[in-house]
Amino acid sequence: MNTFEYTPENEIKFQEYGTKYPKIDSVMLPALWLVQEQIGWISPEAMIYVAEKLGKTPIQVYEVATFYTMFNLKPIGKHHIELCKTLSCMLCGSQKIKDYIKQTIGIEAGQTSEDGLFHLSEVECLGACSGAPMFALNGVYHEKLTTQKVDELITECKK
Amino acid sequence: MITKIVSKNFDIPNSHKLEVALANGRYSSIDKLFSMTPDEVTAEVTKSGLRGKGGGGAACGPKWELMPKNDPRPAFLIVNGDESEPGTFKDRQIFQYDPHLLIEGIICTCYAINAHHAYIYIRGEYKFFIDRLNEAIKEAYEKKIIGDKIMDKYDFKLDITVHRGGGAYICGEKSALIESLEGKRGHPRLKPAGKECEWFFDNPATVNNVETIASVPNIVENGAEGYTKYGTTKSPGTMLFAISGPVKNPGVYEMAYGNKMIDFLNQIGGGMIDGKKLKAIIPGGSSCPILTADEVQKAVLDYESMWDIGSTLGTGGMIVIDEDTSMVDVAKNLIEFYHHESCGQCTPCREGTGWIDKILNKILKGEGSSEDLNTILDVCNTMNGKTVCVFAPAVKDIISSIVKKFPHEFKTYFKN
Repeated sequence: MNTFEYTPENEIKFQEYGTKYPKIDSVMLPALWLVQEQIGWISPEAMIYVAEKLGKTPIQVYEVATFYTMFNLKPIGKHHIELCKTLSCMLCGSQKIKDYIKQTIGIEAGQTSEDGLFHLSEVECLGACSGAPMFALNGVYHEKLTTQKVDELITECKK
Repeated sequence: MITKIVSKNFDIPNSHKLEVALANGRYSSIDKLFSMTPDEVTAEVTKSGLRGKGGGGAACGPKWELMPKNDPRPAFLIVNGDESEPGTFKDRQIFQYDPHLLIEGIICTCYAINAHHAYIYIRGEYKFFIDRLNEAIKEAYEKKIIGDKIMDKYDFKLDITVHRGGGAYICGEKSALIESLEGKRGHPRLKPAGKECEWFFDNPATVNNVETIASVPNIVENGAEGYTKYGTTKSPGTMLFAISGPVKNPGVYEMAYGNKMIDFLNQIGGGMIDGKKLKAIIPGGSSCPILTADEVQKAVLDYESMWDIGSTLGTGGMIVIDEDTSMVDVAKNLIEFYHHESCGQCTPCREGTGWIDKILNKILKGEGSSEDLNTILDVCNTMNGKTVCVFAPAVKDIISSIVKKFPHEFKTYFKN
């Protein structure tokens, strides 16, 4: 039995997306984004649900969901830290920020903290190179990071 | 050195709001636009020599001319805002500070190619910028600037939809982008034998970069001469150049083509932090052959000059590297990026990026030899020109240039 379905608000958004493209196929990414916004990850049940709504087979949804790195294929911590590791950030000290996160929260890239509060991902260039080093916290960019700034943000999340 | 056309309104407070945008010249090209025929608009853009700002530098007007005439199928404009090239962060400035300039450019372009729906494909990580742009589009609909008519008076229907990507670098490649927009994995398509437009669900489509589209209103309003008075003969106009790495003033700055790279670094970028010596610059996003400090002295920022010295201008996003940085670390960082972002469709790219990553790992562990450098160059050769898209040739460009220009740095890791 399928245990996933959109909230009424997301169902309305899904229907709206359907009017904006020549074919319903294009709603694949918007539909997956709605799932992730709703439950924080793309569960297998949600993939089947999206497939039914788009007239696709589950494998067609699976191959898309697994191709795009921003879709979480398992539940992650409440606060998602996406630390940029690419060249400009590396040159400006992203390793120091990574070490500091490990020291303070105790997690490495790909790990969720034991209390489930934080998840760290190391990601490729986020297009914020003039603000290196930087990370996105729950999708919001924080640039020119210092250990002090990281402390403040972590404290804020713990409140 | 700074010449502001696209970035003219960036410093104005609340420049993203329609009221402020209108008070500062946005949508002022529309009256002139509709006094011209679509073909005249295209001809003017062709005459201006406007080139694609996304990295390739292909001429924009001739691209529009590829759209079929009198085709019964609907035409589409697809705006490429996937901006994922390391060192590149210019399109986000347009989303953030002047989204109405982009909408104005979309109106001009759609009129020229007779498209009534434009999609703006933006990388998924740019959530803030997507929201900002959606707010501007909503305002434009509410004030009847777009929708059933343009500016509530010109009989041209236009819808604009923002499409959020999912974090795949390859979707910046135009055919991969369309595949993604069609709800599939972002696998680039085989190129056609001859020149033709792109196809979105078998409908004719044009794909242009955000900054390219944002450059169009100025050309419509001031004519081709208003654009060609800046820059060089073959690279006319301006570009949003970016600089990052250990420099005093990293950021995005608009300049005409033809300025010296070293002047940009020192006068605009503020020079190196802590008086460090310059070692190298990767000129236009990470996918361009690297320039040594000596080559930087000669480099001029236009397409032809950069080709002449064996590199490319790319996206104009320069990454500066100082004397303390190991070029092996740079190569390793970049190959990890390319290995992660290879879409996996073509074997030379999928396997080649991973193979080079492994070799560099070995070298960094002190287990490498000169033979490994030859293997890297061999793999680069196998990747070059033998895949569907230009991702693999770009990997070859950057990696082989680092190996060839800085072999001594690799050798310091060799035990024998």
